[in-house]
Amino acid sequence: MAKAPAARKTEAPQSDPAPNRAPNRERPGEPQSYRASKDELLEFYKQMLLIRRFEEKAGQLYGLGLIGGFCHLYIGQEAVAVGLQSALSDKDSVITGYRDHGHMLLCGIPPKDVMAELTGRQAGISKGKGGSMHMFSVEHKFYGGHGIVGAQVSLGTGLGFAHKYRQDGGVCLAYFGDGASNQGQVYESFNMAELWKLPVIYVIENNQYAMGTSVNRASSEDQLYRRGESFRIPGIQVDGMDVLASRGAAEEALAWVRAGKGPIILEMKTYRYRGHSMSDPAKYRSREEVQAVRDKSDPIEHCKKLLEDQGVGEAELKTIEQEIRKIVAEAADFAESAPEPEPAELYTDVLVEKY
Amino acid sequence: MPIEIKMPALSPTMEEGTLAKWLVKEGDTVKSGDIMAEIETDKATMEFEAVDEGTIGKIMIAEGSDNVKVGTVIATLLEEGESADTAAAAPAERSGEGANAAPKEEQPADKAPNAPESTVPHKVETGARQLYDAAKHDAEVSDPAIPEGTEMVKITLREALRDAMAEEMRKDDRVFVMGEEVAEYQGAYKVTQGLLDEFGPARVIDTPITEYGFAGVGTGAAMGGLRPIVEFMTFNFAMQAIDHIINSAAKTNYMSGGQMRCPIVFRGPNGAASRVGAQHSQNYGPWYASVPGLIVIAPYDAADAKGLMKAAIRTEDPVVFLENELLYGRTFEIPALDDYVLPIGKARTMREGKDVTIVSYSIGVGLALEAAEKLAEEGIDAEVIDLRTLRPLDKAAVLKSLKKTNRLVVAEEGWATCSIASEIVAICMEEGFDDLDAPVLRVANEDVPLPYAANLEKLALLSSAKIVDTVKKIV
Ligand SMILES: Cc1ncc(C[n+]2csc(CCOP(=O)(O)OP(=O)(O)O)c2C)c(N)n1
Repeated sequence: MAKAPAARKTEAPQSDPAPNRAPNRERPGEPQSYRASKDELLEFYKQMLLIRRFEEKAGQLYGLGLIGGFCHLYIGQEAVAVGLQSALSDKDSVITGYRDHGHMLLCGIPPKDVMAELTGRQAGISKGKGGSMHMFSVEHKFYGGHGIVGAQVSLGTGLGFAHKYRQDGGVCLAYFGDGASNQGQVYESFNMAELWKLPVIYVIENNQYAMGTSVNRASSEDQLYRRGESFRIPGIQVDGMDVLASRGAAEEALAWVRAGKGPIILEMKTYRYRGHSMSDPAKYRSREEVQAVRDKSDPIEHCKKLLEDQGVGEAELKTIEQEIRKIVAEAADFAESAPEPEPAELYTDVLVEKY
Repeated sequence: MPIEIKMPALSPTMEEGTLAKWLVKEGDTVKSGDIMAEIETDKATMEFEAVDEGTIGKIMIAEGSDNVKVGTVIATLLEEGESADTAAAAPAERSGEGANAAPKEEQPADKAPNAPESTVPHKVETGARQLYDAAKHDAEVSDPAIPEGTEMVKITLREALRDAMAEEMRKDDRVFVMGEEVAEYQGAYKVTQGLLDEFGPARVIDTPITEYGFAGVGTGAAMGGLRPIVEFMTFNFAMQAIDHIINSAAKTNYMSGGQMRCPIVFRGPNGAASRVGAQHSQNYGPWYASVPGLIVIAPYDAADAKGLMKAAIRTEDPVVFLENELLYGRTFEIPALDDYVLPIGKARTMREGKDVTIVSYSIGVGLALEAAEKLAEEGIDAEVIDLRTLRPLDKAAVLKSLKKTNRLVVAEEGWATCSIASEIVAICMEEGFDDLDAPVLRVANEDVPLPYAANLEKLALLSSAKIVDTVKKIV
């Protein structure tokens, strides 16, 4: 039997003098620019420089035919990963897409292992069988390196699930691009992550372009930090060209997630200087546009200024530059001279067990 | 004439059920839509509604009666002006028993007196019905994995799978189950029945309807050191998740140079069900079996389902475990062993023969055994091989049998084009050519999306008759 509709409440609401302006649910605080010590700042600088020089070298080796296939460089975006990953502890895990060299270096994976993978050598981190887009290091809690746009978002949510299941206190940092943020599985993952309060920080690296498609041509809501709204996942928009802003946002996000409040989204506004991959003719934007970003907001130049303000001199910066160049040159030499995998490697690692 | 109210079927394959409860009594008036009774099977409970208006005349099957055949008259409904006496008489007399009596214990259900001749359920002749009916065949040869003298117990395939998962979950707290309706609902096909109670919501996890998403979450959890069992309500829906199964789970170990493992089981029903049409009826065995880096298992009986499920959960490699919905409710004998684990990648001889080999897997095995019986009547002695694992495929078992019989037919409930059957044909050509006395033939479903109409479905699906005909072409 159909129930009679409940009687409507007809009493007038008690007159409320001041409507409650507090948000209807808790939100993370506004992140502050990180107050780095001089040593920390030096470390950030070194890390960003390492990524920049590493990527430039990778670009060269690609030009020489030593690196093949797709090779996506991180140049321009260094402050994002450096700021965020400097805040992680060794309990935490990292996962990203194919633009992964920088994140790997920051996980502590030796540059020569990464470079040797790019050249497809046995000494590469994946024995030469993964390549630029597919690299992993379980030891360093770096879970790839994924070539399918958006896959890392669901996988990263699963890593967050594993942290929670094992109660190991870890958080998963799952990076993806502005283009990836339009993938359906991203939202499937958001829903589950919030439902189950998983410790995941979703990092949207908004470098303005997905290959040749600008954010506005692909995203009806181009303020990507709001993409979690309908799942009740808070989002913060961050200047991803400023390593201190980036680190500050990481502090806020980690505090939120470690407190058991569930996932959070960081939209990192950044820019890639190079083409999407090495084979990108880059006809979708002007040279002036790229140059303007380089001139005005280069993350490394910005950090350099901060260091100079703290009294770090030209000489010291030069020494750092030389050290980094040496590391990269050694990695490249190693990657060029290391042997290719034995033909027998073709058949190894398909399955773990014998049947 | 009073209207006969008959025991309803909850599913196309249901044959009998329990009349759990009457919600009306004799003399009550009902109108269409009123709930009259609750009917139960091992996988579902249904409220049985009145379709017509009238007064309940006689209740013939008491509540609590088990094994009530579909189609049995359970009560009568009197239309205006009819009296209960006249109404009750006819069917009750024919039944030859007190109308209200529950079936007696000693009386086997299929001879239950409650079912008058006229109401014996009319089985719609469908292809799925043929598959299902054939699937009561047990192996004739004993399984070498079972020690001589082991006690055998009867169990449904559904329970065997559940027990396998529960046993492994007890042993290893990294093992958990996730999927749609696996927890509170106890599984869409009741395969996870009871797991939530025993293991709690942290290990038996209901997901939203997001196959792509939760396949990725499960795969990520496996990468993060857990051992997930991901249930797909059926493998048809895993099409949305196939990217993670293949690109994320199957390839990672290789792409990481052997560092990053992905010990996950993707499981659920696969293949044709009954009258559910093209989008819900497809055998994905060949799809997954074509991918290096995956283990693909498709068992036939309950013992194999249990032993192989336990092996699937334990292995370090990602497994696609293809069950069959039509078989879930089938009872098979299973060895009463504490820890019954079978080797992955080993076929099983279900029946020995010398004239021809029939290779099959999953529900096709029942048909192959049935065909072998028919062939035996005609003096053809067929050997039946159940592949059990589709990848890695037990080539040696196939070739050994071919060497013995010199003739081979592959029977597959699926499409022949680019199938497991095609693969077996190729193996026989490449490695068994000298043993062949006739071409290897494939017998499979017709090369069309599965139709809904009962007659067309029957025409489309594999049957033992088709297997017999195919065998006769080469023997
Ligand atoms: C599912 C899928 N579709 C398309 C591609 C091809 N593809 C590779 S990268 C890319 C653009 C992604 O852009 P974005 O997510 O913004 O990341 P970015 O490259 O800027 O770091 C596309 C379309 C792919 N790899 N996977």
